[in-house]
Amino acid sequence: MQFFGGSDVSPSPPAPTAAGHNANVMYMFNRNGVCLFYREWNRPLRTLNPQQDHKLMFGLLFSLKSLTAKMDPTSVDRGNLGVPQLPGQGCSFHSFRTNTYKLSFMESPSGIKIILVTDPRTGDLREALKYIYSLYVEYVAKNPLYDPGTPIR
Amino acid sequence: MPTVGPRSGDAIFANVERVNAELFTLTYGAIVRQLLTDLEEVEEVNKQLDQMGYNIGTRLIDEFLAKANISRCVDFKETAEMIAKVGFKMFLGVTASVTNWDIEGTCCSVVLEENPLVDFVELPDTCQGLYYCNVLCGVIRGALEMVSMKTEVTWVRDVLRGDDSYELQVKLLKQVPEEYPYKDDE
Repeated sequence: MQFFGGSDVSPSPPAPTAAGHNANVMYMFNRNGVCLFYREWNRPLRTLNPQQDHKLMFGLLFSLKSLTAKMDPTSVDRGNLGVPQLPGQGCSFHSFRTNTYKLSFMESPSGIKIILVTDPRTGDLREALKYIYSLYVEYVAKNPLYDPGTPIR
Repeated sequence: MPTVGPRSGDAIFANVERVNAELFTLTYGAIVRQLLTDLEEVEEVNKQLDQMGYNIGTRLIDEFLAKANISRCVDFKETAEMIAKVGFKMFLGVTASVTNWDIEGTCCSVVLEENPLVDFVELPDTCQGLYYCNVLCGVIRGALEMVSMKTEVTWVRDVLRGDDSYELQVKLLKQVPEEYPYKDDE
């Protein structure tokens, strides 16, 4: 019998070729709203200070998730808007697009949310987000010096 | 893009990197031995093992979710199946089975036929109250807490104490819904 171990193996899924070089901004939050990671490559307009920006982004996604779950036409049990969701209920949205940008979102069941803002013509980024999540797992979750809930450096 | 379904425990187990089984068992044995020397009280050691397991579990869950590629489980029954079939297989290389569901579906038993942590282990008379594999209880508890389920995990049967197999009882206490973490007035 042999077991799992080791920390320097590279993640197995191959990097998707679609989302090449057009990412504008990336955020990563944990379930308490702490912004674990923020990186921007191309952000011409800045309106808020970073704290408010993170809060706004997190609040937006939280509300959107709640809204999309409540408006789901296929699901049976409906609470009123504002009632917190139990795990396992509800669908999850994965992207929205405006005429200038596209925002893609992924949430793991453990509450880690990954957000990528890109050019509007970008295709479906779900595979890329999963890849980023597995990178997170490989290098952050397995790092013994990392304290969960603090921003990643 | 076609979505990939949940991967079976065997498939993932074949893909992850592994360490030598004896190394793993002996390292765990050394940890328990050292805890016994440091803490001396068997109850304290049990608690410490549970705490260590909890810390491991909170990180392990992300790895499990990333590798197993599953979406949220709809109810606790599915969760327990996932833990037994995919989780144990992926991390320890053994398959467990789920039995003894109670009427509401909140409490079940996970039975392990073989347990790699206890190869070559015998409990001496001075340590009869010790739950040698208590770290597994902590891992399950920590991992489930990170997916919004508060649980209580205890050992029902333990081969080191004379029973014939390992049985963990996993009881769901409550499901914690996600809350908006920021206060409204900020």
